[in-house]
Amino acid sequence: MNTTRATAAAAALAGTLLLAACGSGTSGTSGGSGSGSGSSASGPAGKVTLTFWDWDPGMNKVVALWNSTHPDIQVRLSNPAGGDQLVSKLITAHQAKQDPDLTKVEYQSLPGLVSNGVVRDITAYTKQAVADYDSATLSATEFQGKVYGVPQDFAPLALFYRADLFQKYHLAVPTTWAQYAQEAAELHQQDPSAYMTNFDSADPGWFTGLAQQAGAQWWTTQGDSWHVDINGPATQQVASYWQGLVDKGLVQKSPSFSPQWNKEMNSGTLATWISGAWAPAQIGGIAPSTQGKWAVAALPGWTSGSAATGVWGGSATTVTTDSAHPAQAAEFATWLNTDPAAVTAQVQDINIYPASTPGRSLPILNQPPAFFPNQPGFYALIKQIAPSARSFSMWGPDVTVTFAAYSDTFGAALQNGTPFTGALDSMQNSTTSDMKRLGFSLH
Amino acid sequence: MATSAPPRGYRAGRSRLPYLLTLPATLLFLAFVAAPGGYALLLSLQARKVDGGLLAAGSRTVFAGLSNYTTALHDTELWRSVLRMAAVGAITIPGTVGLALLFALLLDAPRARLTGFTRLAIFLPYAVPGVIATLLWGFLYLPATSPIGGRHLDYFGSTTVFFSVANIVVWGAVGFNMVVMYTALRALPPEIYEAARIDGATELQIALRIKLPLIIPAVAMCTLFTVLAALQLFNEPNTLQPLSTAISSTWVPLMQIYTDAFVNSDVHQAAATSIIFAVGILTVSFVVGRLVQSRLDAAQGGRG
Repeated sequence: MNTTRATAAAAALAGTLLLAACGSGTSGTSGGSGSGSGSSASGPAGKVTLTFWDWDPGMNKVVALWNSTHPDIQVRLSNPAGGDQLVSKLITAHQAKQDPDLTKVEYQSLPGLVSNGVVRDITAYTKQAVADYDSATLSATEFQGKVYGVPQDFAPLALFYRADLFQKYHLAVPTTWAQYAQEAAELHQQDPSAYMTNFDSADPGWFTGLAQQAGAQWWTTQGDSWHVDINGPATQQVASYWQGLVDKGLVQKSPSFSPQWNKEMNSGTLATWISGAWAPAQIGGIAPSTQGKWAVAALPGWTSGSAATGVWGGSATTVTTDSAHPAQAAEFATWLNTDPAAVTAQVQDINIYPASTPGRSLPILNQPPAFFPNQPGFYALIKQIAPSARSFSMWGPDVTVTFAAYSDTFGAALQNGTPFTGALDSMQNSTTSDMKRLGFSLH
Repeated sequence: MATSAPPRGYRAGRSRLPYLLTLPATLLFLAFVAAPGGYALLLSLQARKVDGGLLAAGSRTVFAGLSNYTTALHDTELWRSVLRMAAVGAITIPGTVGLALLFALLLDAPRARLTGFTRLAIFLPYAVPGVIATLLWGFLYLPATSPIGGRHLDYFGSTTVFFSVANIVVWGAVGFNMVVMYTALRALPPEIYEAARIDGATELQIALRIKLPLIIPAVAMCTLFTVLAALQLFNEPNTLQPLSTAISSTWVPLMQIYTDAFVNSDVHQAAATSIIFAVGILTVSFVVGRLVQSRLDAAQGGRG
């Protein structure tokens, strides 16, 4: 009868769902055998189609350049999400063995993706490529002697400021944090509706960079064991400094990348933005009417004459464990980040500051980003500050937990006027308890 | 209902029909409710563990017993999120039902003009997707973009934020509920009003003492819907979160579940919290349903 067949079909359907459930429960058994979502076109002629997830706005032009010169390895680009959202998409898709062959990963997310079994060890394919990187840059993608990605860009923190406003209010470009606070007070006094910057509790990237500048090491490793030090003295120094500015009402409390903040950036309410070297690509979208009004300077130091800075973001091109064509994928990742034509295109279309050492001497870097036509020496300054940029020696395996704790606890501290140091303690506790729960060893 | 005994063969043939008719619903229920529910139950009893190596590439899934449940039940932040949800609900439930009832009664008043236009205007917000509505209200609330006094009134203060969120929910939900109640009002026989008028009742008396008691079943149903919507509060606070420091990533229970699953990549904890939450929702809707039913019975008893 019809009913029995339908019942059988229902049972089969339910069974399949349950099987899928069990299958996805065990992660990390990896790839090689399964084919990725779009990497189905491996025809008999050896022609391969690779899928690539990336959120850079001009990446399609760079990929088109590759496709026109590599008929046997075609790359299909898609942009499913950006930043941390892409990380969760990757982890979720990996459960179903549906990850793309290649993906863009920010440095801080890489250890977590390796730990989740998403990103593949490509040491064997990158013997040539690694020669193009200095050890400081490579340390962001190389853990315990294994290479997990080809670095794309490097993003030292710098001070982006409104040159026109600084001139109008007769402010000097600050070289120390003490001076920055003074200028902030002076600006706000001259124009009570203007602020030096905002304390951003939404995106932890800038704050982490400032902690790095002060010498913090949020994660350190010893053998296979971790040490977490988020509420240490260096980070507390940074938190107390900003607490002072917030308490005196010298900085805005609006979260960055919100409509409120965009308006403030556009209207000149905010005079500076502490951001990564990629800022020119963003300001164009955030504050389109301010073209030519911004300038870049080295980040103020804690002591006069200190050149140290931190890092916000920066990313690598990685190959996933779901990829059926790791060799070809690694070849593309290498080309993308070390080939002069590819890197030139990325500087031009995406405004990256290249991670590869030869890439940093390309002629394209002699011209400023389109949004900074008034500052021909833009990349010369970035090149000058890049060597003194400190990052953490290692990012933790659960950075998303730390970052979520930052947004929640600093947001609450701004809202309720509670101390920033308490927020740091919460970040520390959330991070260590999550690592313990997952079974990482801590010392 | 025919209760006389039909021939044996006929009865056997007919007894299969109900099963056949409910089959599509049963299949859909199995595929989209029972199977995912079972999967969630399975996930909630597991945990991801790493073993060996600094990054432990390739972690494994282990049986975790009820540990995810005990973690959730001991999480003070989860209980606080329940309280926040209740606080918003305390505004949205009476707000939505009250305003919908008020608008429905006003539209049904004999001297009301432009009813077609007004009805559409009140209903229109319901057609706007929740996320879009929230973005729209977000712009209205933020000081830099607010045309409704955001500079002078902090819409994202520690207390005001509850009203700001509730306002969006009520704005979106009133129209639908109003239409339900208005339809119920239009279905009432006009002779009753005529009788009332002959007895000397004013329009206000008719509205409160005749119309309202008669459409209580519709009001009760709207209340139940609104309670369920309040328990599932997610879209509005989640969309407002990046705009303000007043809303954390664990502001309401569903946001906490979302954060666990998609920010912290802990689908097991998220599954356990979901199941606790589902049990909670079932309990609340059962209690509210019972309450509504008993009031209805009482009202019917009173009338009859």
